[in-house]
Amino acid sequence: MPLPDRSVLEKRDMLVRRLKEIVQNPNGVIDQEAGLRAFECDGLSAYRQLPMVAVLPETKQEISEILKFCKAEGVNVVPRGAGTSLSGGALPLADGVLLGLAKFNKIIEVDYDNRCAVVQPGVTNLAITDAVKADGFYYAPDPSSQIACTIGGNIAENSGGVHCLKYGLTTNNVLGVEMITMDGDTIQLGGKHLDAEGYDLMGVVTGSEGLLGVITEVTVRLLRSPKHISAQLIGFPSSEQAGDCVGKVIGAGIIPAGMEMMDYYAIHAAEEFCHAGYPLDVEALLIVELDGPEIEIEHNNQAIEKIAKECGATVIKLSQSEEERLTFWAGRKAAFPAIGRISPDYMCMDGTIPRNQLPKVLARMGELSEHYGLRVANVFHAGDGNLHPLILFDANIPGELEKCEQFGADILKLCVEVGGVLTGEHGVGIEKRDLMNEMFSEADLKQQQRLKCAFDPDGRLNPGKVFPILHRCAELGKMHVHNGALPFPDIPRF
Amino acid sequence: MENFNITAEDQVSDLLQWALSNNKRLSIAGNNSKATLGRPMNVDAKLGLSGLSGIEMYEPAELVMKAKAGTLVTLVEEELGASGQQLAFTPPDYGPLLGQAAGLGTLGGIFAPNLSGSNRIKAGAARDHLLGVNGFTGRGEAFQTGSRVMKNVTGYDLCKLVAGSYGTLAICTSLTFKVLPKPEKIRTVLVYGITLEASVALMRDAMSSVHEVSAAAYMPPKIASKTGIDYLEGDVSAVALKIEGPAPSVEYRCAALLKMFEGLGRVEELHGHRSSTLWKYLSDVRPFSENQTSNVWKISIPPSNAPAFIKAISSSLSGLEYFLDWAGGLVWVSVPEGVDNAGDVVIRQNLKGSGHATLIRASEKLRKEVLPFQPQNSVIAKISERIREGYDPQRILNPERMYPIVES
Repeated sequence: MPLPDRSVLEKRDMLVRRLKEIVQNPNGVIDQEAGLRAFECDGLSAYRQLPMVAVLPETKQEISEILKFCKAEGVNVVPRGAGTSLSGGALPLADGVLLGLAKFNKIIEVDYDNRCAVVQPGVTNLAITDAVKADGFYYAPDPSSQIACTIGGNIAENSGGVHCLKYGLTTNNVLGVEMITMDGDTIQLGGKHLDAEGYDLMGVVTGSEGLLGVITEVTVRLLRSPKHISAQLIGFPSSEQAGDCVGKVIGAGIIPAGMEMMDYYAIHAAEEFCHAGYPLDVEALLIVELDGPEIEIEHNNQAIEKIAKECGATVIKLSQSEEERLTFWAGRKAAFPAIGRISPDYMCMDGTIPRNQLPKVLARMGELSEHYGLRVANVFHAGDGNLHPLILFDANIPGELEKCEQFGADILKLCVEVGGVLTGEHGVGIEKRDLMNEMFSEADLKQQQRLKCAFDPDGRLNPGKVFPILHRCAELGKMHVHNGALPFPDIPRF
Repeated sequence: MENFNITAEDQVSDLLQWALSNNKRLSIAGNNSKATLGRPMNVDAKLGLSGLSGIEMYEPAELVMKAKAGTLVTLVEEELGASGQQLAFTPPDYGPLLGQAAGLGTLGGIFAPNLSGSNRIKAGAARDHLLGVNGFTGRGEAFQTGSRVMKNVTGYDLCKLVAGSYGTLAICTSLTFKVLPKPEKIRTVLVYGITLEASVALMRDAMSSVHEVSAAAYMPPKIASKTGIDYLEGDVSAVALKIEGPAPSVEYRCAALLKMFEGLGRVEELHGHRSSTLWKYLSDVRPFSENQTSNVWKISIPPSNAPAFIKAISSSLSGLEYFLDWAGGLVWVSVPEGVDNAGDVVIRQNLKGSGHATLIRASEKLRKEVLPFQPQNSVIAKISERIREGYDPQRILNPERMYPIVES
């Protein structure tokens, strides 16, 4: 992380006093160590840092004033929702103000006429669906942390979930965002209508990991809940065959609502943990979920079964009831805690690869596993190529965490090497920051940072995250023009 | 004025260096089919990218294609169609609307302005399908952003910035995008004789049903009879609901929707060919292509505001024609020539701060006097201008096409 700014730390008392003047609630500014402990890490708990001070504003006016004040004083700000980031996106800074949005937890409006809901950023992902479920609607993106993670955090991370293949990520399900810039200005991007009128600022703010502004209100698209849902468990003697089946299902024109794959380790850990009825004599297991009219599900399930058999499936089990469907999922959804039970610690990676590269990537991962002497279990959003290798380690053994991190980095480099990306849904944060050079050239990273300069030229919002090297905006603004006096005789004129 | 017909990426780079060192302003186009969309520009040279054409990568099982920016959309659709796939956002062809031939549109000309057709409400916009971009910024620097995979949150999503920027930030040379299976069957449920208010409620109910309607439009009588589809003759309004998917599912859902709405008016069902013809006709805004003298607005609005909005502008602007797409969220309005500023003030004021109006077709004179793109809030305008400062500091790319240049 960037070294703490001593001049900021030296004026801490003054900053705390002034913040207490801005935030009306007497408990809204936390400056004692005991209270600050609650914020010292997010879901990536290997990294911990106490913030200089934490604030929990209750009005937009307070947020605006906090940001203006911090900008004027040259103080960094780290926004935080529920702190479930798996990449350290909400990791505090020693010289920074941690801005918690927990108090913004109201659903402002449910508008069925326009099939959308307007909510505050601290509302949890699941709470949106819960609020509209009785009327037959839901909010589609469903990250595994949906019970705890907030919609503001979902915007920051462009969160996904198991249903992305059919329903898209957060960015495809958000209609509007209200946010406050580091200058303290409130802007409304989008709304209840579609598409941007100028540049798609909402599009770039989504997934910007808290570096461009503080989200204060979100308008999300609501969908009608499907009438019928079914799941199939399909087991294969090899992951190549499972991967082949996934490609052929999609190739046949079927886009399942979810298509998950688990490898041998993950199957066994999950089965032992929650007895989902998984076959234990297969190397790879697919869960294929379909939703829609019963007649369509039946039609597609038959097609999938045929493809699965052609691909060498040894087990095919169709859920016969809603209860059974949920049992199929229970194992997959509990895969992380299940792994947690067989290993003192694990680290969850999050690369995306072109699906057809799966056999190669799994084989190489096996070699790496041997090389590092660490086990790895794989769960995989197979439909969209998003891989979650879980590396098993014991942090109490000296050097093992470092070895695990090295292993994880090698996996992500491998993802990039085969044409994929470092992160499919967990974000870069600090976890993958230093790997950004593997995927982007120096020039491309600079192009990205030019966006930051338009929103936050002083770099006060969430510094140290996403980018390995922070270029100053003045430096990024310089032009390098080569001698361009050629009259291009070789370019055809029309 | 120099016109350059680009055939290779390095020519783009050379031209940018030339423009930067000689202070030359460039217009960027594919086949020029949408050259009259936006503010008129003063440029020193025109770059045509239609020669930068060809599919670079297509993997049907991976649902992904990469092609050069000047590739014709029709060519892409043909290639996809051969593998039973399509661009799910149903890219529109504005050529005929803008007085050009059909079929000239290029990929760059679809993604740079982020144009989507009728399926936008279910399938998402062009921007939702754009996975990666290669090109050059207005700094003359080559860049690549995004990737070829569906799920990617590595760094800022600059694809979103490119889509909708109308070539004012960068020149795209290649685009990588998501493709999807073509539905086995398409049908359209028609409900006749519906009023404007009732149509928006009907479309809301259809979109809120479990029957996965992929497009919903409302045609007043005059528009319906223009379509040339026999089932829409007879001077009667109609709501159209598009149903796609495997055959048994489409049949089931159509039957359910027909039953759902039969109490509201006469109902009918269009099969494959008529359905495809109708939806292409509406996506391409063909109702307003014949009479080239009127001014055409594209208005994005919360669907439930549409009836009151149309009532309000109709009472101030005589002779206007309209139809609704996107279940009421997209209002196409044709204002007769001669109306002051094409009704700019009336239309934009009646949005009441919710939504935006773009003047898609108007004379050069009008496009100088009226902002074709919705005027922006000052903070957003400032940020947008700073973004331009970052990617095109000398304002050489499509200068002033979207907004007048202001000091940031």
